[in-house]
Amino acid sequence: MYLAHGITRALAPPVQKFQSSIILKWILGFCWYLLHLVVSLVDMVCFLNHLLLSSIISTGLLRKYQNLKLNNLNCLAIVVDSEEAEDITKTQKLLSWLSSIDVKCITLYDLQGVLKRTIGNDFKSMTNTSLRECKMSKMTVEILSLSDGKEGIAKAANFLISKYMKDDSLRCNGTKPTFSESQVSNALEAIGYKGPDPELLLVYGPARCHLGFPPWRLRYTEIIHMGSLRFMNYGSLARALYDFSKKNQNYGK
Amino acid sequence: MEKHSQRPEPKNLNSVWRFLRRCLFSVLSFGPMPKHIAFIMDGNRRYAKKMQIKEGSGHNVGFTSLVSSLQYCYEMGVKYVTVYAFSIDNFKRKPEEVGSLMHLMKEKIDQLLEEESIVHKFGLKLNFWGSLDLLPEPIRSAAEKAMVHTANNTGPVLSICVAYTSTNEILRAINKSCARFEDKTGEGSDPANSILVTDLEENLDSASCSEPDIVIRTSGETRLSNFLLWQSTFSHLQSPNLFWPEFSLRHLIWSVLEYQKVYPYLEARRKLCQES
Repeated sequence: MYLAHGITRALAPPVQKFQSSIILKWILGFCWYLLHLVVSLVDMVCFLNHLLLSSIISTGLLRKYQNLKLNNLNCLAIVVDSEEAEDITKTQKLLSWLSSIDVKCITLYDLQGVLKRTIGNDFKSMTNTSLRECKMSKMTVEILSLSDGKEGIAKAANFLISKYMKDDSLRCNGTKPTFSESQVSNALEAIGYKGPDPELLLVYGPARCHLGFPPWRLRYTEIIHMGSLRFMNYGSLARALYDFSKKNQNYGK
Repeated sequence: MEKHSQRPEPKNLNSVWRFLRRCLFSVLSFGPMPKHIAFIMDGNRRYAKKMQIKEGSGHNVGFTSLVSSLQYCYEMGVKYVTVYAFSIDNFKRKPEEVGSLMHLMKEKIDQLLEEESIVHKFGLKLNFWGSLDLLPEPIRSAAEKAMVHTANNTGPVLSICVAYTSTNEILRAINKSCARFEDKTGEGSDPANSILVTDLEENLDSASCSEPDIVIRTSGETRLSNFLLWQSTFSHLQSPNLFWPEFSLRHLIWSVLEYQKVYPYLEARRKLCQES
């Protein structure tokens, strides 16, 4: 009996520990869900606020969002989530809004090249130009994907070292290859991977993330999260462009 | 008697506060925790203007804010923290300001290596990313000394970007990759497609770190200003509307909570990219 009692006492603590760790996990989990409930509520209030203002802007009641002065916007970039990009009508609608606001140069980007496959092919059949760039009425539209980013820079590196290896004067001097940023930019242009640096980038998707937009072109780009493409509206677009037109950059000074 | 009873209180309060923080971080870690957070510490000068103090004092308060944010990050289990301390573009500022920033940097690097500093508390490994040859000699050697001193530390990593821009980092990676290619191959060899994305990544300053999960820029500005452009492919970009010296624990917790909300989406996109 004493032996049984001893065995029971030896076994009890781990079982109790196990039970109390499950209870602790439940408490932590509950607190975690509570915290996230607070975050979701705050985000919901912000979203509704934004939706209300966007709807008012869409009606045209607010004058300041009507005649947008976009002198400092030479190129606008749009990152779209690849899944949402499958719905081609949304992107076409977005392009038509931008055309009506007189935006002259647009770079479309999605991670997996869905836009190249859908809109790009549309353009190709309409205008007989390359997949990457097309002139649409008064607008130039460039379409990029992940392979135009880091891989483009690697190709530029190969281009530069190729030129260096063929240049006997440089190699005989014993000078190590040391290229400059402008040489890299020129190399990107030579191999067809150069485009304008967008001043503004609009992200349509669940998260504010540029998803691999060509790094060489993103240095001073204002990045704005517009929410899901499914819920896009003219008012949010006008608001984003208006806020951008009021921006001042120091460029490090 | 009263004096004696007053002295232990701050220590007790600190312990209670530390215990509460641990509880809070335990709750947070029920969800996915970021391994790498990057900060663009923007707004020191505007903070100084707002508080009507000298411009240089804004940077000093900013440093205090940095040390407490680092403490909270490491207590939460974040392995890598990267901060944008000084850009190559910042050399364009007035010489007096650049000079005082350099002086502040030297002072803070020396402070970090002192016994009671956060470096010793957490066994931090220090990295300095950037074109260090652009820095004045005293700061460059202080930075190199700090890296050597902490090279064998096995704790979390603090990477400080000074005289840094992302395009300059990518350029240096291109130059290192090309130099390695030239050393390996002989005359007449064709390097077409020999330099791969992975070669460039191995030669970036950030080669030893994972990519940042969150990039936080304070003062509400929405641009990256040439910071970690290559590494932030799947980073959650956040722009809280407050100046850097005002960034505190509650802002950090909010930042982690927002990251946890979008984590499933970003992780799915990251996996898709790796598979293709």
